[in-house]
Amino acid sequence: MKISVTVNGTPYERDVEPRTLLAYFLRETLGLTGTHVGCDTSSCGCCVVLLDGDRAVKSCTMFAVMADGHAITTIEGLKSGGTLHPMQQAFSDQHGLQCGYCTPGMMATAIAFLKHNPNPTEAEIRDGLSGNLCRCTGYNNIVKAVQQAAAAMAEPAAAS
Amino acid sequence: MFPAAFEYVAARATDEAFAALAEHGSDARVLAGGQSLIPAMRFRLARPSVLVDINRIAELDYIDERDGELRLGACARDHALETSSFLRSGRYPLLADVCAVVADPVVRQMGTVVGSLCHNDPAGDWTVAALAARASVVVRGSGGTRVVPMDDFLVDSYTTVVDEGEMALEVRFPTPPARTAGAYLKIERKVGDYATASAAVRVTLGEDGTIATASVALGAAGPKAFRVTGAEQALAGARPSAAALAAAADAARSAADPMADTRGTVAFKKQMSAVLVERALRKALERLGQKMENVA
Repeated sequence: MKISVTVNGTPYERDVEPRTLLAYFLRETLGLTGTHVGCDTSSCGCCVVLLDGDRAVKSCTMFAVMADGHAITTIEGLKSGGTLHPMQQAFSDQHGLQCGYCTPGMMATAIAFLKHNPNPTEAEIRDGLSGNLCRCTGYNNIVKAVQQAAAAMAEPAAAS
Repeated sequence: MFPAAFEYVAARATDEAFAALAEHGSDARVLAGGQSLIPAMRFRLARPSVLVDINRIAELDYIDERDGELRLGACARDHALETSSFLRSGRYPLLADVCAVVADPVVRQMGTVVGSLCHNDPAGDWTVAALAARASVVVRGSGGTRVVPMDDFLVDSYTTVVDEGEMALEVRFPTPPARTAGAYLKIERKVGDYATASAAVRVTLGEDGTIATASVALGAAGPKAFRVTGAEQALAGARPSAAALAAAADAARSAADPMADTRGTVAFKKQMSAVLVERALRKALERLGQKMENVA
């Protein structure tokens, strides 16, 4: 069936089989391979993307047809112009990634988390990321990165 | 691991969903958050030939407090409940306990409470909590709308009273009356795993400080979540005491009928059911101002 999905600000109209999972639609139909498939069983969080900007969803556990009429943001859509998103900058500064496989999902989860809890404690960050696995076990630096991003993303609001 | 092919219907209104369910009969399944159904389809444990997607039905996406009940529409997500003013008010501690531990934080942004009840996984969280909270489910079909008490809603593993052509529209959690509190606890190997054991309780104290009524329910301890009436009877009329809690825990141990798997042996799981009932009762009573550490 025909669906209209806006991905990273670009509208796409594509014909998909209803059983096509969003993760595979992004990777194979649109060629956006920054969204990773880890466990493929809704357990690891590598495939998390943003739905309508503020909801983190596992794209391996959502059909592409469910995204019809919605906006999806993947890792490819985070930076604006040549500037990294504060979350990307923070992961870079804090060495929040090792092999990088879990990183796109970690960032999407963390961005949605900060929208609902802009000033979290460390324990809240760890709880908020508890659905995302890092096989390198680099959690400490990931938490530090989210803390840095929270501070950076709060600045414009504090200044205004 | 792709699901078998199916026909997809995106319902825009409740009536449209019912028309599709009526047309396709037993071939059709309702798709809400999909956080249980989609993995089941990927493993080919479920093979519906038609999915009726209700996610776009705005009239089913609500959380309201009305007539002494907290009412959640079929599209109300765990995350919406978790962050709602109703739970933040502290008046629904049992539900708040559940919201914090269902699956993982990402799954909770899509998953729905009503969907979890309808899925009726023996190790699910909401069925256990809904039993202890004395919830009910609004079910509509061609024969009209009925309100089904939770005690009658769960039929067997993955089966409820929701019949062919019917749909669960709403769950109703009674607002806890005065001197009432609940708690939910579970043991899981890791965040997002199926529960090794879980227990939900609700306690109402009388004016004299004795336990007037109690609800005790177990999860992952049989083919479906169930109430432990032996534990409830042991608590009714008793003073909050270590002996009363131990009697309830003993009843839970006897009633639990778990299956051995990688999460533990039958004996271990039965013991965990008992431990969780005792701890959940302690937590609920502490929420009612009882200093349980001093109770002998």
